[in-house]
Amino acid sequence: MLDAADLSARLHEIIGAHLGLEGPLLPILHAIQAEWGHIPDPAIPVLANALNLGRAEVHGVVSFYHDFRTTPAGPTVVKLCAAEACQAQGGRDLIAATLRAFGLSTYGTTPDGKVTVEPVYCLGLCACGPAALVNDRLLGRATPATLREAAR
Amino acid sequence: MRIYVPRDAAARALGADAVAEAILAEAARTGLPVDLVRNGSRGMVWLEPLVEIETRSGRTAFGPLTPEDVPALLFEDITTHPKALGPVEDIPWFARQTRLTFARVGLIDPLSMPDYERHGGLSGLRRALAMTPDERLDEVKTSGLRGRGGAGFPTGVKWGTVALAQAPRKYIVCNADEGDSGTFADRMLMEGDPLTLIEGMAIAGLTVGATRGYVYIRSEYPDAIHQMTEAIRVATSHGLLGPSLLGQGPAFDLEVRVGAGAYVCGEETSLLNSLEGKRGTVRAKPPLPALHGLFGQPTVVNNVISLATVPWIFANGAGAYKDFGLGRSRGTIPLQIAGNVRHGGLFETAFGMSLGEIVEDIAGGTATGRPVKAVQVGGPLGAYFPPSKFATPFGYEEFDGQGGLIGHAGIVVFDDSVDMLQQARFAMEFCAVESCGKCTPCRIGAVRGVETVDRIAAGDPSALPLLVDLCDTMRDGSLCALGGFTPYPVMSALTHFPDDFARQREAAE
Ligand SMILES: Cc1cc2nc3c(=O)[nH]c(=O)nc-3n(C[C@H](O)[C@H](O)[C@H](O)COP(=O)(O)O)c2cc1C
Ligand code: SF4
Ligand code: FES
Repeated sequence: MLDAADLSARLHEIIGAHLGLEGPLLPILHAIQAEWGHIPDPAIPVLANALNLGRAEVHGVVSFYHDFRTTPAGPTVVKLCAAEACQAQGGRDLIAATLRAFGLSTYGTTPDGKVTVEPVYCLGLCACGPAALVNDRLLGRATPATLREAAR
Repeated sequence: MRIYVPRDAAARALGADAVAEAILAEAARTGLPVDLVRNGSRGMVWLEPLVEIETRSGRTAFGPLTPEDVPALLFEDITTHPKALGPVEDIPWFARQTRLTFARVGLIDPLSMPDYERHGGLSGLRRALAMTPDERLDEVKTSGLRGRGGAGFPTGVKWGTVALAQAPRKYIVCNADEGDSGTFADRMLMEGDPLTLIEGMAIAGLTVGATRGYVYIRSEYPDAIHQMTEAIRVATSHGLLGPSLLGQGPAFDLEVRVGAGAYVCGEETSLLNSLEGKRGTVRAKPPLPALHGLFGQPTVVNNVISLATVPWIFANGAGAYKDFGLGRSRGTIPLQIAGNVRHGGLFETAFGMSLGEIVEDIAGGTATGRPVKAVQVGGPLGAYFPPSKFATPFGYEEFDGQGGLIGHAGIVVFDDSVDMLQQARFAMEFCAVESCGKCTPCRIGAVRGVETVDRIAAGDPSALPLLVDLCDTMRDGSLCALGGFTPYPVMSALTHFPDDFARQREAAE
């Protein structure tokens, strides 16, 4: 669990560092997610206050964008391209095989909490698909073997 | 010894970093002085990592390389290296192109201002600075440049509207959301020649009277985000950006903003909402963003490629640009050849090449060696073309006339193993996932669309006319092209590949 005082202090630092920007909410949310891996619930009212917005408004923004998580992901995040150019290169099979390999029936986090598997719609690697992103590492022409190796 | 190893994301995804490390390690081990440049990609993705060595007679290429290939590269007669490709400019796939927008991508050190200037950089902005405001606008209009983000709107007309608007502040917004599957031209340009985009945005600012710009880059592009951020720093320290453009013009400042994984934020008004820190819902037009855009101020929103082509036009003249092309599609288009192809990558050429030539000749057919069944052009909202339509020349009006669109010029090839009913289902599913939720035909229609395709797959013949009706409703009742154009892939799949929808039925009967 996050310590409330730590959270509040760091949160105010992050907000303060962005207040000079025009339209600072998205950069702040990205910075919060970079810090804690998700947007912690207690951050919402603090943000609303600091930016003079309603809580519902801040919550609405967080929930609109696929990137923002409200609960943390596993330490290893595997994003598999589910878009057309990768489908044309065996992407559907790779997704099925990867889910199976991690014992998942659909996208999500493994029961041990270690790996999160998610779809992504294009990584701009469409001429060397199927493409994947394992944490910060891009994979072209990904196979179950290269994915396993990168996720280790 | 100068060696180029691309830092392009596709090259990295295929192992370029390991090759670069092997080169540095080998150099350190042997004391060989190596000057390693991380350039952009030359666009031949099937040859990545493609490494170039500068020799007395010019640059010569090797690829696709692995770390194991490195020692022979540094210490043996490189002319006999098994992966030797010769000079990039002599590789037929490269030699056939007309590289204007991408002339410097892969050639230069992307973050070196001296290298940029040595290869013609800044000459467009310098010429623009010497022109009158009317001359600048005329230059863009005369070039015939149209938006490369998909809609094909004349760039000069858009700039003219913003130039005429009176307001305390105006903005240039670069749309680098590049969400279409099968496209990567924006990414490659930003990673391989980011200063060109900056120069193009500076010319735009100068022309319309804007002093501030944003580059909105999707979060799925961490390398492009890094490279653009660095390039803005370089441009600022060289006085290209800042209080006075090159010390001669008005102020212009740029900032990178990062998207958050919403496809619809590529739509220009949704993008503006997102930049303002709001939900990325689409705004009704009018008012046009040109008059009432970012924070209510007059705003130019242009795609990366539209803006990055402007410096070439100013450096070489609008007439030279306009001389390329077909019909009302002037200049060149960076084709992105993707999917199941032998030779995938970025191929810049004048408008007018037929789809068949692109797929069979340039792309070399499928990587699997099986026959081509369908080609989706223009991203997830683009139509699937069967080989019977391969004579269609690549141009805005020409594709429109065939019930399709060129979009951002992504070309995705499928072999005969593809099930077009599944592709139609995916188009609806994608629309349902990415809908901004503002209009019912898109938000609800796409969910119904998935269900209806599933009924067809389960053998329910009454679902077919329902799907057609649903597509009509979405086309007519949607505010933006996400809901409005999703019927393109769905209906083209149904029209050109009826067997895939009937076979399911027969199987169930
Ligand atoms: C759903 C949707 C997604 C879009 N995505 C992009 C995109 O990723 N990049 C882009 O430049 N234009 C995209 N567009 C088109 C923009 O709305 C707009 O036409 C374009 O940015 C204008 O720039 P241009 O005239 O230089 O093409 C999209 C449109 C729609 C409806
Ligand atoms: S068509 Fe879909 S994405 Fe576009 S405005 Fe309507 S609901 Fe939003
Ligand atoms: S479609 Fe998979 S990377 Fe573009």
